[in-house]
Amino acid sequence: MAEIETHDYDVLVIGAGGAGLRAAVEASATGARTGLVCKSLLGKAHTVMAEGGIAAAMGNVYSEDNWQVHFRDTMRGGKMLNNWRMAQLHAQEAPARVMELEEWGALFDRTEDGRILQRDFGGHRYARLAHVGDRTGLEMIRTLQQHAVHRGMDVYQEVTVNRLLKDGDRISGALAYYRESGRMVLFRAKAVILATGGLGKVFAITSNSWEGTGDGHSLAMQAGADMIDMEFVQFHPTGMVWPPSVRGILVTEGVRGDGGTLKNASGERFMFNYIPSMFAAETADTEAEADAWYEDRTKRRTPDLLPRDEVARAINSEVKAGRGTPHGGVYLDIASRRSSEYIKRRLPSMYHQFMQLAGVDITAGPMEVGPTAHYAMGGVKVDAETAATTVPGLYAAGEVAGGMHGSNRLGGNSLSDLVVFGRRAGEAAAQYALGLSTLPSVSEGEIAERSAAILKPFDGGKENPYTLHRELQDAMQEEVGIIRTNSEMQSALGKIDNLRERLGHVQVEGNIQYNPGWHLALDMEHMLLVAEAITRAAVERKESRGGHTRDDFPGPNADFGKVNVVVRHTAGGLGVTQEPLPQMPDELKKLFEE
Amino acid sequence: MPNAHLKVWRGDTGGAYVDYDVEYEEGMVVLDVVHRLQATQAGDLAVRWNCKAGKCGSCSAEINGKPVLQCMTRMETFIPGETITVAPLKTFPLIRDLVTDVSWNYRVAETMPELKLSAPDADGHRRMAQIDIDREQEFRKCIECYICQDVCHVIRDHPENMEKFAGPRFFVQLANVSMHPLDQNPAKATVSHGFGLDYCNITKCCTDVCPEGIHITDNAIIPLKERRVDEYYDPVKALVRKVFGGGDKK
Ligand SMILES: Cc1cc2nc3c(=O)[nH]c(=O)nc-3n(C[C@H](O)[C@H](O)[C@H](O)COP(=O)(O)OP(=O)(O)OC[C@H]3O[C@@H](n4cnc5c(N)ncnc54)[C@H](O)[C@@H]3O)c2cc1C
Ligand code: SF4
Ligand code: SF4
Ligand code: FES
Repeated sequence: MAEIETHDYDVLVIGAGGAGLRAAVEASATGARTGLVCKSLLGKAHTVMAEGGIAAAMGNVYSEDNWQVHFRDTMRGGKMLNNWRMAQLHAQEAPARVMELEEWGALFDRTEDGRILQRDFGGHRYARLAHVGDRTGLEMIRTLQQHAVHRGMDVYQEVTVNRLLKDGDRISGALAYYRESGRMVLFRAKAVILATGGLGKVFAITSNSWEGTGDGHSLAMQAGADMIDMEFVQFHPTGMVWPPSVRGILVTEGVRGDGGTLKNASGERFMFNYIPSMFAAETADTEAEADAWYEDRTKRRTPDLLPRDEVARAINSEVKAGRGTPHGGVYLDIASRRSSEYIKRRLPSMYHQFMQLAGVDITAGPMEVGPTAHYAMGGVKVDAETAATTVPGLYAAGEVAGGMHGSNRLGGNSLSDLVVFGRRAGEAAAQYALGLSTLPSVSEGEIAERSAAILKPFDGGKENPYTLHRELQDAMQEEVGIIRTNSEMQSALGKIDNLRERLGHVQVEGNIQYNPGWHLALDMEHMLLVAEAITRAAVERKESRGGHTRDDFPGPNADFGKVNVVVRHTAGGLGVTQEPLPQMPDELKKLFEE
Repeated sequence: MPNAHLKVWRGDTGGAYVDYDVEYEEGMVVLDVVHRLQATQAGDLAVRWNCKAGKCGSCSAEINGKPVLQCMTRMETFIPGETITVAPLKTFPLIRDLVTDVSWNYRVAETMPELKLSAPDADGHRRMAQIDIDREQEFRKCIECYICQDVCHVIRDHPENMEKFAGPRFFVQLANVSMHPLDQNPAKATVSHGFGLDYCNITKCCTDVCPEGIHITDNAIIPLKERRVDEYYDPVKALVRKVFGGGDKK
């Protein structure tokens, strides 16, 4: 085996979005020698794209808000499938994490009296999202990035981890390659934190970037970690639909939070026809009440701000019923409801995005929007307090972790999740690592074998990686998308098998230096495994709940409301089982009795 | 579907422009066409991107000689049939095709001072009026596309200046620290240190290309230069200003 560049760390953090950066800062502060790797340049992770805000019950706008209300909203939004302890810790700790971001330089928009302003979002009872216009993610990642680079950790940019390594049961490091040179690099580490984000790229219409290929989900599965809730994929109700090249790009829920409303082709505010019984008591049933709610919280909230799964399904139904726009979406109108000045101030990047990419002035006319694959609720099963996975030494935080959001995530609850559990993972991983006296060992044989396998796409096949990817995306979009049914999912599983077989004959052009075709061929292995996990879990859950809707099993089923679907990778392939949900203590149960 | 005639830089410094014809559709941006080229004719074409919506600053390139974001440049802005030349940023060392080595920027970032905020109020909140942070928020819109760094003649024509010149992107960051209403850094950590500010002769080329519309020269560089003169000649005034805040620190 050729000499391979090697680095040793107490804690290796994979991913430099909000979760990874926050974890690395904490691991380093706890005294661990910390390394941080990411696929893109620093500051370009998905987190940079987040728009609307970060949810935290600070009570700056409505003093009635507190962690209990936030907790309750989160659980109800997730249709009670959330890990209750994660949801509780999240609601309790989010305000301190937001204040900490401010301490480190974040400049959120202000209230009249100079405190952090909070905005309305779907499923949140009170205005709760701290924000900076509609570029909150940029503010957050830049703040964390600038803080992290002054904390003395090593950062490896444009380095992609291809395998996790184990010593017996325990984690022992990761094998990666530099995008620039194509050379391999070995990280030996006592603990590894996965913070790799989401998997939207397995679908054709998505708000995710090229990085959202589910690498962390796949790495964890291959390392033997349990996954939960993989069937729950969030289709955000409002992605751009036109022009075709921008299809899927996100339109923040902040548009509706700030007064925008959904309409079908005949101008009807159709959301009033889709109020589910679970939310009927608190949702306005007339336009007058809905409009009054923005100013007066004794009124019931507008159905435009129902949780995302409800709104996405409603849009889907309107379009299917022939009431959609010319480009197959619905209208989102803020122009007729708010002044041009207000819109430009509150939603500057949406204004910019539509003006430049679609030639639409959102202060003058409506936007056309439709659902887009956005967020993975499912992920690596973790312990709520420590973010530890079922593999000793392996931790997971952020979008790659499962449990926090149950079957459907509320907007704004991801950014807060990243910093709450990023910090917890960093601390716990550091403590675990500092408790080990020696580095676990890595297997030379495994490294040699893997290093050879990584180069295989350069010789002897005929399949184009871009074509394979497109076919996977189309299959998942059509057959495992917003509305699912068993026969279609079985067909998707067949296609996944076929694509995996063809991936064995993939051929990439050029050489190993900065070669996106090669990188995609390697990412495809992850995407196929992740697509299979989503589909198998979706087949197993024979009910409709949150981000998982089945044509053949409409409506929720009480028995499935008591379990997580668990996916586990074994020698024989992916296995699916059901596990009972952790039980909430009585004092928290009371919060749901009103 | 119309065809776009592209001339794309291929290879490293020893490379050359290669001509391609690529089909495109209404509404596409240059990045879409580059991606289609990648998927159909040039699988190994190196290009950076992430958000495809002007939010991450990854896809900077020089299109027909002008540094822009590929994802925000619509095909409709070109005359039909016009040859579109797509080249990597010129100021940074070339890696391959459209990808350059921008690591210098990350090294400069490590030398930037950190904000040191005054203690919060007794109830734990920090109070700042929106009007006092409007300009700060303008600075913080920066997506680190490094297009301003690319056009600045101080380094574009004289790479040796990279040793002592932080560049417009980082003057924006310095201005952010220096003008933050609650920052407590001593002046020497921010403006009087200089960071090569004196090399800038206010040509405004950086402002002209900033995709975020940040008024780099008027709002960041010029006030920093003024402040630097102030701090330098009037240390007492500088001290008073830092301790008691207020004054022009808005
Ligand atoms: C357009 C958009 C808007 C959004 N708006 C909001 C919002 O307003 N509020 C909200 O709460 N949430 C929002 N979300 C969701 C939220 O932004 C994401 O869920 C969150 O940013 C994910 O953060 P993360 O730290 O888990 O991962 P990411 O930010 O996705 O970062 C993942 C990191 O892992 C690295 N990585 C991945 N694979 C590998 C590998 N194999 N090797 C090495 N590194 C790897 C990547 O390079 C990257 O650095 C939005 C999402 C999108 C797409
Ligand atoms: S104004 Fe100054 S910083 Fe900006 S491009 Fe000109 S010389 Fe460079
Ligand atoms: S200041 Fe403007 S041009 Fe310069 S890096 Fe930031 S966004 Fe890009
Ligand atoms: S891809 Fe993000 S700015 Fe162009």
